[in-house]
Amino acid sequence: AARMFLRLLSDIQWRAAHPKWRRMTSSQRSTSTTAEPHPVSLPAQAQVVICGGGIMGTSVAYHLSKMGLKDIVLLEQGRLAAGTTRFCAGIVSTARPVSIELKMAHYSNKLYQQLEQETGVQTGYMKTGSVSLAQTQDRLISLKRIASSLNVMGIPCEIISPKEVLQLHPLINIHDLVGAMYVPEDALVSSANVSLALATAASRNGVQIHERTCVSHVTIQKGRVTGVETDRGRIQCEFFVNCAGQWAYELGHSGEEPVHIPLHACEHFYLLTHPLKEPLSSSLPTIVDPDGRIYIRNWQGGILSGGFEKNPKPLFTEGRNQLEIQNLQEDWDHFGPLLGALLRRMPGLEALQIMQLVNCPESFTPDMRCIMGESPTARGYFVLAGMNSAGISYGGGAGKYLAEWIVNGYPSENVWPLDLKRFGALQSSRTFLRHRVMEVMPLMCDLKVPRWDFQTGRQLRTSPLYDRLDAQGARWMEKHGFERVKYFVPPGSDLLDLDHSKTFYKPDWFDIVGSEVKCCKEAVCVIDMSSFTKFEISSTGDQALESLQYLFSNDLDVPVGHVVHTGMLNEKGGYENDCSIARLSKRSFFMISPTDQQVHCWTWLKNRLPDDSNLVMEDVTWKYTALNLIGPRAVDVLSELSYAPMTAEHFPSLFCKEMSVGYANGIRVMSITHTGEPGFVLYIPIEYALHVYNEVMNMGQKYGIRNAGYYALRSLRIEKFFAFWGQDLDAFTTPMECGREFQVKLDKGMEFLGQEALWEQKQNGVYKRFTMFILEDHDTDMDLWPWWGEPIFRNGRYVGKTTSSAYSYTLERHVCLGFVHHFDEKTGEELVVTTDFINQGEYEIDIAGQRFQAKAKLYPFSSLFTQRRRKDEVELSGYQRE
Amino acid sequence: FYLTPSQVNSILKANEYSFKVPEFDGKNVSSVLGFDSNQLPANAPIEDRRSAATCLQTRGMLLGVFDGHAGCACAQAVSERLFYYIAVSLLPHETLLEIENAVESGRALLPILQWHKHPNDYFSKEASKLYFNSLRTYWQELIDLNSGETTDVREALINAFKRLDNDISLEAQVGDPNSFLNYLVLRVAFSGATACVAHVDGIDLHVANTGDSRAMLGVQEEDGSWSAVNLSYDHNAQNEREVQRVKMEHPKSEEKSLVKQDRLLGLLMPFRAFGDVKFKWSIELQKRVVESGPDQLNDNEYTKFIPPNYYTPPYLTAEPEVIHHRLRPQDKFLVLATDGLWETMHRQDVARIVGEYLTGVHHQQPIAVGGYKVTLGQMHGLLTERRARISSVFEDQNAATHLIRHAVGNNEFGTVDHERLSKMLSLPEELARMYRDDITIIVVQFNSHVIGAY
Repeated sequence: AARMFLRLLSDIQWRAAHPKWRRMTSSQRSTSTTAEPHPVSLPAQAQVVICGGGIMGTSVAYHLSKMGLKDIVLLEQGRLAAGTTRFCAGIVSTARPVSIELKMAHYSNKLYQQLEQETGVQTGYMKTGSVSLAQTQDRLISLKRIASSLNVMGIPCEIISPKEVLQLHPLINIHDLVGAMYVPEDALVSSANVSLALATAASRNGVQIHERTCVSHVTIQKGRVTGVETDRGRIQCEFFVNCAGQWAYELGHSGEEPVHIPLHACEHFYLLTHPLKEPLSSSLPTIVDPDGRIYIRNWQGGILSGGFEKNPKPLFTEGRNQLEIQNLQEDWDHFGPLLGALLRRMPGLEALQIMQLVNCPESFTPDMRCIMGESPTARGYFVLAGMNSAGISYGGGAGKYLAEWIVNGYPSENVWPLDLKRFGALQSSRTFLRHRVMEVMPLMCDLKVPRWDFQTGRQLRTSPLYDRLDAQGARWMEKHGFERVKYFVPPGSDLLDLDHSKTFYKPDWFDIVGSEVKCCKEAVCVIDMSSFTKFEISSTGDQALESLQYLFSNDLDVPVGHVVHTGMLNEKGGYENDCSIARLSKRSFFMISPTDQQVHCWTWLKNRLPDDSNLVMEDVTWKYTALNLIGPRAVDVLSELSYAPMTAEHFPSLFCKEMSVGYANGIRVMSITHTGEPGFVLYIPIEYALHVYNEVMNMGQKYGIRNAGYYALRSLRIEKFFAFWGQDLDAFTTPMECGREFQVKLDKGMEFLGQEALWEQKQNGVYKRFTMFILEDHDTDMDLWPWWGEPIFRNGRYVGKTTSSAYSYTLERHVCLGFVHHFDEKTGEELVVTTDFINQGEYEIDIAGQRFQAKAKLYPFSSLFTQRRRKDEVELSGYQRE
Repeated sequence: FYLTPSQVNSILKANEYSFKVPEFDGKNVSSVLGFDSNQLPANAPIEDRRSAATCLQTRGMLLGVFDGHAGCACAQAVSERLFYYIAVSLLPHETLLEIENAVESGRALLPILQWHKHPNDYFSKEASKLYFNSLRTYWQELIDLNSGETTDVREALINAFKRLDNDISLEAQVGDPNSFLNYLVLRVAFSGATACVAHVDGIDLHVANTGDSRAMLGVQEEDGSWSAVNLSYDHNAQNEREVQRVKMEHPKSEEKSLVKQDRLLGLLMPFRAFGDVKFKWSIELQKRVVESGPDQLNDNEYTKFIPPNYYTPPYLTAEPEVIHHRLRPQDKFLVLATDGLWETMHRQDVARIVGEYLTGVHHQQPIAVGGYKVTLGQMHGLLTERRARISSVFEDQNAATHLIRHAVGNNEFGTVDHERLSKMLSLPEELARMYRDDITIIVVQFNSHVIGAY
């Protein structure tokens, strides 16, 4: 085995690149693995310490030093690029479904291409292109969706026929293919050499690199990183970057205060062969056959082929801190099915001689997306790990974004989908991670249809009503560990397989959700929304109000009992959170945020609220069960249960009052439904949850009450043009860009975070605008359904992407929400988006390559709001989260 | 023409039976977890029989396989009756009295055995009264004999075997007024059967064997591998001690004619057996019984035929050899099987196949390419074959079935070859016996936790 790795690394020339660097490491290379004195001693302090000398650590070091940081130390416990990076298959592939991942991969490709010229280190970069094969029509649809998003990014990409595949790669058996996607600019590299090239460049820029230096733990004081303890002494530092790959979890838990980095390693196998009789050309494209679960690239005249099997082997669950990844066992029996898939795809390789089966552990995360960002518990503690086997593709871009994060306080793109703070301690159980990654690894190849959900690691957080709802036919999905109802299968309905239906077309729950929506419109429905994040903020004096007034963009100095919908903005005016805040008393506030804000919002506020023992913030998420009563008859149900008048005169919209419901007292009732429909949300102390639910259902019978789920809620909110944080809104979207200027206290003369940026936008206009699209010539029964991420075309030119979509049962049309930009036709420069620009255009939405006409709207249909209340109330309630 | 895998399975599984010892309070306190058994016929009808029962008035479980020859009548009778004889031999004096009193006064009898039977394992209704009377005579004698000593399992087994064989012989000599029964008892006596019976009580395992069926213990070594320990001696010409015994019991003048072509008197393979009165009775007795017997018996060439060199009967006995073994935690299972299995498989392979089946662990050497020149195609073929080997395990829910699959279908590499299995199972009735014998297997699984706690 060792011989093979020497061959992989044989063309390393990085030693010649930098004199100081060479001295330090060449002596080590010349001797065996026994310990020896380190020629260069560790510095006592540095600004940034990076742990991990793989592709991630070297990329972060490279970019930090490029951005001008001088005082950087990179520590590697073994040798540079000796971990997963060394074994990595070296495929740079931009075909990624998540837009931010696509951008990272695209950047990586461009970076690697010029790296050899920049550093003089051979990286083995070869632009071979890649061909992703489709054995089924559904697979082809998913490839077409990716192709659409690649094309609008300016990345060449085309859908090709099986015959064209044969022209690109003569060995492929095409008889079972329906089509393929060709990305001509995808590349191959020697991943270890890329890593060494980045290290070389970083070293030239002043980064100190120390191999054979093991970080034992990171010291944290008062919630800030203060230094790093290593086996060679301590380094004081301001920033620490955990790029320890599959050891990142353990390193995070090594200190007194744990930093939860939810990832888990699985064994990953690939095969290396001797050259063919007529050696394969090094320019042959890489083949990805997701239906066969394999990838095949050319390698030194032979092939390298691996895959993602259905039954992965997780490892290091108990945490085994070995220095470098030892040569793990080859397991041919395990690899058998993948070998079968390889020979089916390329039958001509039967006689090709095996060189080796490489076992290379890869780390996977609970949601198949990588982990980057700052720890919510320790400022200055950054993480970049959990690459889900795409480390080489992401390496360049991920390192760049993290470097920007450290230097500028935030990356240049919205990286929330990758942010460490999307997880909390709750995803950190080893058992959970072990089970989840066994699902995630096969998912790398599985077909992902709209609204797919994880099946493992479920039922972690549940409402007290879980069993009751489940018994009534609830079908569940999960968000931040919390089980939430999608819809209820009616009794006697023959739809047992409903959860398993996989389609890009009209789903079979269509009519079920339709009847739930109808009930919301005509009678009353109950939706359990307990998963919402709930904080209480109170103070002895005016501290709470004063602090919140600065941190939130809307005016919170409202009469007691009012509910305010407001953004929590960053300096650039972008939404860090979108929430509703009820003023419970002069000095206390109750804040409702999206489910996955639990960690992020807490951290954001904790870091910005004054350090004052008289100002208390408490996470009360677990204390309340939330029942959303939606519909015109909600008012009747509630007034009968409370013997209190609930009409608009007594209980206006956006109002909050503690009252009794049934026998239970102290229920926080808010006249808000997050859908634009009339109704109330009841925040019930959990011990009363079952009682109140039973009372509501019993009393509601005569009003036609029924249970409903989030799919109905989603349809209702999207048809009313309500944006949702985390999907439509992000840290790069301001209230001005989504028509919410009325939720900002710009004219009240109060200072608040993001104010200047919003003033600027108010004066100069916005560069993107949140817009609603009604699909015109779309046949709900026959055509592909929109999901999100579909390109929007205005007068035939690309202007942006959708962020969410739903079928409106009232309009009987699909509604897509998305952002419209204005790119200059010649220069591509972004111009101000005006109302006229939006209104004077012909729009099309591209669903998997097929364009549908769409009508753009900047305001919702007023006819959809069943009850006219105060004019501003309708708009004020106009926010939503899921 | 080939049988499909599902056709093969339905043939193999037709006679399979499993018994799990019931748990009390979620715990199985017995040293036996349960057993799997199965039969594959080669003769039509099959001449093997099997029995399993739990003793209700004493502790312990009885399991046995019986290999009939010259018809199935004797094996059938022994499979029905032997366990009652053993159970009665084990009963304490008071229980015997209680039973006798119950019969005497027409009260309900205490149940003695709880049978664990496959639907195809039948009992003869017609003979039950006759069999019962013989059994009653036996316990009445035991009551009269009352030695006052506690019953020794070894002795009980020997006595039961000998007594039953004696009763078979007597019943044939006395005959029965009912012509059907009369013919039945004669057929039982003139046919023969070997018996291999295990009695498990706690950690005490006794195996009583008469003939060439075999009991084998599966032992798991510390390294996880499997080995076999014999718990019976074959009574045939391959057993030197057995040949010596036969020679000792007869005058020197017969030495040459006693064992010919590895057979007793040149005729019989097993050297001990139930029935087979042709090797036990005097010539006069044989002639008298055959002549006074029904026409069917008279017309039968075999029954009329007197073995050559027949000078000093009896030449054959049903007395078993008993081996006692104290169970240890590493003793994981016991295999009782008729010679049909042992002819095709070495006991070491039997131990490994059953052991791996029961633990679900397959000690297949992992494949390493190392320095060999292996092509992708070769590797693919090798892996496919290894997968097939494993999947054949999961097809079977019964260890005995799994063993039969291997016994019949194994190729030269020790893996189940579907083609071969299909051929062997689709042989016409008249040919089947030429390629294989009846196979009957019982696999008893032990409870190591309970055994370890003794």
